[in-house]
Amino acid sequence: MALQKPHGLLATSRYVPRLRLERSEIYAQHRWMAPGLRSLAKGQRAMANWDEDAVTMAVEACRPLLSSLGNQPVSALTLASTSLPFAERINAGIVAAALGLHTTTAVRDVASSARAATTELIRALQQTDAAAPAQLIVAAERRTAKPASTLEMIQGDGGAAAVVGNGPAIATLLGTHSEYADFVDRFRETGQAYDYGWEERWTREEGYLKIGLNAIQACLAQHQVQAADVDHFVMPATLPKVNEMVAKRLGIAATAVEPTLADTVGDIGSAQPLAMLDAALRRARPGALILLTAFGNGCDVLLLRRTEIPCPGQEPEPGKSETSYLKYLAFNGQLELEWGMRAEMDNKTALTAAWRDHARIAHFEGGQCGQCGTIQFPGSRVCVNPDCHAQDTQSPISLADAPAHVLSHTSDFLAYTPHPPFQFGHIDFDAGGRVLMEFTDTDQDELQPGLAVRMVYRVKEYDARRGFRRYFWKATPVRSTSS
Amino acid sequence: MATGIRDKVAILSMGCSRFGERWDSSPEDLMLEAFNEALAEAGITTAQIGAAWLGVCLEENNVGKTAVPLAQALRLPGIAATRVENACATGSEALRGAAYAVASGAYDFVLALGVEKLKDTGYGGLPVRTRGVNNDLWLPNSTAPGAFAQLASAYAAKHGIDKVDLKRAMAHVSVKSHDNGALNPKAHLRNRITEEDVLKAPTIAAPLGLFDCCGVSDGAACAILTTPELARALHPGAEIVTIKALDLSVSNGEEASFTRWDGASIATARRAAASAYASAGVTDPRSQIHMAEVHDCFSITEAVLMEDLGFSEPGRTVHDILDGVFDRQGKLPVQPDGGLKCFGHPVGASGLRMVYEIYQQLLGRAGERQLARVDLGLAQNLGGHPHQNVCSVSIVGRLGA
Repeated sequence: MALQKPHGLLATSRYVPRLRLERSEIYAQHRWMAPGLRSLAKGQRAMANWDEDAVTMAVEACRPLLSSLGNQPVSALTLASTSLPFAERINAGIVAAALGLHTTTAVRDVASSARAATTELIRALQQTDAAAPAQLIVAAERRTAKPASTLEMIQGDGGAAAVVGNGPAIATLLGTHSEYADFVDRFRETGQAYDYGWEERWTREEGYLKIGLNAIQACLAQHQVQAADVDHFVMPATLPKVNEMVAKRLGIAATAVEPTLADTVGDIGSAQPLAMLDAALRRARPGALILLTAFGNGCDVLLLRRTEIPCPGQEPEPGKSETSYLKYLAFNGQLELEWGMRAEMDNKTALTAAWRDHARIAHFEGGQCGQCGTIQFPGSRVCVNPDCHAQDTQSPISLADAPAHVLSHTSDFLAYTPHPPFQFGHIDFDAGGRVLMEFTDTDQDELQPGLAVRMVYRVKEYDARRGFRRYFWKATPVRSTSS
Repeated sequence: MATGIRDKVAILSMGCSRFGERWDSSPEDLMLEAFNEALAEAGITTAQIGAAWLGVCLEENNVGKTAVPLAQALRLPGIAATRVENACATGSEALRGAAYAVASGAYDFVLALGVEKLKDTGYGGLPVRTRGVNNDLWLPNSTAPGAFAQLASAYAAKHGIDKVDLKRAMAHVSVKSHDNGALNPKAHLRNRITEEDVLKAPTIAAPLGLFDCCGVSDGAACAILTTPELARALHPGAEIVTIKALDLSVSNGEEASFTRWDGASIATARRAAASAYASAGVTDPRSQIHMAEVHDCFSITEAVLMEDLGFSEPGRTVHDILDGVFDRQGKLPVQPDGGLKCFGHPVGASGLRMVYEIYQQLLGRAGERQLARVDLGLAQNLGGHPHQNVCSVSIVGRLGA
């Protein structure tokens, strides 16, 4: 009998925006009317840059997974989020196009609760067809919370992803159990800006400690697993002490309770279970038993076994402290500022032109001349190399993962940008190709000629008049992950 | 075999409006102001003008499309009129179109007029605008100062020049232009400034500060062209000023997309200058060109252009600038009229304004800023950004020079 390749989780990842808003700064602005927020005014919450949304963070979460997959094809990409930028337009399709996935990839958006991603993860893990190609499940959130609300304090922005398929799995599925319950601890009607939530004590008692607890107990019983054998209890409740209480009731060791990353990231909604799973897998020893749960109008429970395969990829970079709460409000459109007339520029997108150039814009596709080898962006009919000028010789090549450095740069205080100054410059790709492009996630005085940069997928401009946004790649400094 | 433009076209007369924030003047007022000055000494009537070229760049912010606004403002007698546009080098395009029409023998007298009314936008600087539906999808929505500031970072890195020294040289460029502009009654900015003023000014696009940027102005300038023979016949015994070269180089995307360009120079300026010098018989520009009006939209642009035009050796512009080579009293005065920096920059008019100053200097009419000796002057006019532009180099001088 031929050895069947194990089916399971091939890799996981998480993406955390670089900016980390100090909760003490949020509290400092609200203490006059909401002194009760004081107990939450600890640590940092991840804060998306103005040019990040659920789509861009999903792209960044998926990129390391694709590199770990090598050339293995991806059959499906599912994007989970309760803060999808588009209601009509498949958001997962934007992600797939940025990643350069084949057009036969099945793309779908799932939404509506914090367990949107785990429901999809269960579905993918249960499809144990040996021939099935890998499936990507990614979740990302950029949610806005009402100023001075508890959610504003505890939520964060970020994304996480997992790839499921046949191959060197880092974890395999032992079993799952799911229950739905129209238990409305919070809701947001379509078109509304903010969630409306009920008393937290009730959510804890009737929700986590009954619906959640029952689902977990059912899963353990079904698969004949003792609670005491759980090595990593991944429970993404960010309400204080809930996870510990559930663990205690179940008989799971207190030491097995995984941290919620609340101090550095915050609750990233539908991405929270995958993000905590990623962190747990990186810590888990071979053979460790992982219990993953997600709570939201019911409960998903997964029992996973860590293998001896090392986890591909790395922990997210530590990020940068942000102390301007007003900047946070401005980034989220919660504070109208005087941006001057230059901000009135009409950013209407010609959708015909956008489709014609979709590979150029989505996957940073340029052309490589078959005659002289010159890489150029945009790709063109006639080669840019003055010693070549061959016609119709170029084949597509993506610059998205190509190493590059700065030729020249500026910090422009005249141009409109939601985060002044507007930084842009000529970027030279090490293997060839030059593009005038924007920078993002930079520090003051960090830019200099020769600086190594990498490409990230971001919102280029918002068209508020029509409710559209366009995306493109930007350059960001390569930083050592140890810093 | 092409024989070029040298001495085939004479400047019969020129006119230039006062540049500045002309709140109370329409583009039509500005066109007429420049035209009346030129016509007054041309010795011809409007009816004798055979064809006209109108240069206007940001027509959506002022006159609108076509050459009709020119024909209407001057009540031209139903003659051929063409509107041209090549960004900030638009004025030079009007001059080129008109000059070649005379050189071809098609017309005896032609008008080249550039105008721009920029102060109807409601904010400082050039208007924001689309760069085309496809380019908007990926090109940064950059400003002109941002685009030209790139030169400074690449230049300092390439030549290993301390940023502080470069910034000081840039400051000297602006101080010099303000000194010159102060002597020019038509200039937009007529105040003198100090190096300290420049260095202390708020940053616009690093390392460019407020005083590293030229004024955005309303204004018009024009030239009436004819043949040297007709010029002599109309004004016997008068000095005849002719065109020696009218060259233009246009980026083909190489600087923007290919990695050979250093980011620290204007490649088109080098090409246009080489052809212009060949056309005008100039072999040593630093000694043979007696004055230059260059496209000093930003101090750094003027600085790198000194090398691109062959006025300074590679890597030496900082030293030459600080040594005063390009000051009004220096060996090769640059922007004796104050340049874009202080005369002002009504985009469509600027190329013609540059030639206007050379014309004044050649005829000894430059008043307080008159230079000792000018036989040959150079005007360099740039449209676009350092990595992607059109660059014109025109050389004008005495007939026979």
